[in-house]
Amino acid sequence: MDTSNRDSRIGDVVLDMRNISLSFGGVRALSDISFDVREHEIRAIIGPNGAGKSSMLNVINGVYVPQQGAIHFQGKQFDRMTPRRAAEMGIARTFQNLALFKGMSVLDNIMAGRNLRMKQGLFAQALRWGPALAEENEHREFVEHIVDFLEIQAARKTPVGRLSYGLQKRVDLGRALAMEPRLLLLDEPMAGMNIEEKQDMSRFILDVNDEFGTTIVLIEHDMGVVMDISDRVVVLDYGKKIGDGAPDEVRENEDVIRAYLGVDH
Amino acid sequence: MAFFLETLFGGLMSGMLYALIGLGFVLIFKASGVFNFAQGAMVLVAALAMARFSVWIPQWLGFESLLLANILAFIVAAAMMFLLAWLIERLVLRHLVNQEATTLLMATLGISYFLDGLGQFSFGSSVYSINVGMPKEPWFILENMFEGGILVSLEDLTAALVAALLVAALALFFQYTGTGRALRAVADDHQAAQSVGIPLNRIWVVVWCVAGLCALVAGIIWGSKFGVQFTLATAALRALPVVILGGLTSIPGAIIGGLIIGVGEKLSEVYLGPFVGGGIEIWFAYVLALVFLLFRPQGLFGEKIIDRV
Repeated sequence: MDTSNRDSRIGDVVLDMRNISLSFGGVRALSDISFDVREHEIRAIIGPNGAGKSSMLNVINGVYVPQQGAIHFQGKQFDRMTPRRAAEMGIARTFQNLALFKGMSVLDNIMAGRNLRMKQGLFAQALRWGPALAEENEHREFVEHIVDFLEIQAARKTPVGRLSYGLQKRVDLGRALAMEPRLLLLDEPMAGMNIEEKQDMSRFILDVNDEFGTTIVLIEHDMGVVMDISDRVVVLDYGKKIGDGAPDEVRENEDVIRAYLGVDH
Repeated sequence: MAFFLETLFGGLMSGMLYALIGLGFVLIFKASGVFNFAQGAMVLVAALAMARFSVWIPQWLGFESLLLANILAFIVAAAMMFLLAWLIERLVLRHLVNQEATTLLMATLGISYFLDGLGQFSFGSSVYSINVGMPKEPWFILENMFEGGILVSLEDLTAALVAALLVAALALFFQYTGTGRALRAVADDHQAAQSVGIPLNRIWVVVWCVAGLCALVAGIIWGSKFGVQFTLATAALRALPVVILGGLTSIPGAIIGGLIIGVGEKLSEVYLGPFVGGGIEIWFAYVLALVFLLFRPQGLFGEKIIDRV
């Protein structure tokens, strides 16, 4: 897909973070940060270690509650987001230090992502009553589709703990995709990967964006990959926003260069 | 040989009971990372409720059928355990999310004493019996292989079968239903489970209900064998070595651990007891657990805990 075509797909603002401040005790993790995310775009948050990237992601998904600021998602304002509500509103996420259900198979892990879409009650499930069984099969079909998409067919029934790191990252992505999210948060999707795995992951991220039209917010500290796949980039340093714009603009930004390369004092 | 087999069977059957109590510990530990000290008290309260309601209900409603009385008492006692589970989540656990494991442990210790008191307060402190019509007569098998055959207690056998059925039903539930999958997911990773919208609170209520049900069945079996009295709460803690042996996070571990301890207790009492003056049965399980703690702290099937430093 060429650039002009991509640009035309990008729609209105879906997520608007306004003046977010977050501190832990005396430590300021985020100070007064605002940025927005538009429909269908790939939005990156970059910055050196300890810049507050993960904290930002955790604020969006309700794990941390900011002391100040508001979150607008799909036109509604939330002073307080919770992980459960975020999930219900269609925000899915992956984790930096893989948080998979290690004892469970790949299929079961991804199936867990369908949890909110399961409507049948506890007893119907326990008795394997007709509609509950039909529902299970329907979700199962969707999950198989994701397994094909991520090219992990061979590992379908393997307990996730036994897979290689790169494959585990894919399962993590698969579980988030199973939620059919409006907004997908990726926490360092390429951390600890070799070049080949990074390329695979970039391809999956672009495909998800193209095929499902999912809006993506991703965090990385490796600038190279991010610049290639994102539409717009926010740069954080020591909890402050120091840059925001298209990859090329950000690359030229002097504050950003200073933050990444350091400067004489 | 016949005597050995008799001892072995006896051990396996009492082991099944230990397994059932141990299962209650494992379920709660897996799903919430809490070592539930109150499991023993839950067994006691459940058994007390069963014993008293099976007498009270026929009096209130004026009928005499033992079967009906037991069925109704079971339903009422189960409902009471479910209510208890809901209250514990609402009033205690919900407020202690993300606290240290020690804090949670102390909370369950508190719950344990509270339940002890509550049981005494509402059901009285005498010794009660539970009569669910378990067959009491002995049964001899393999009579043509051994002289006089092997004595099997039908009561123990029924109890073991009931326990085994319950365990199998739970295993299937965990493996093949959406809720079971959600339970396993919570057990593996709280944060990730929340991120896909699995409600931790609801899962905890379900787990405590299931643990309450295990406690009720264990309480009925134990109560109908030895009677219901206050020592039951501490007696149930004899299942503690079971979970140390089997691993705190493993359901099959609880079952196999229970069987090993049941058999070990009986065999050591019979074959080692005479050399050290007897009484091995009482401490055997704890010594075995101690050995495991020294050499294999994660138990037979538990997860090895590797902390990042």
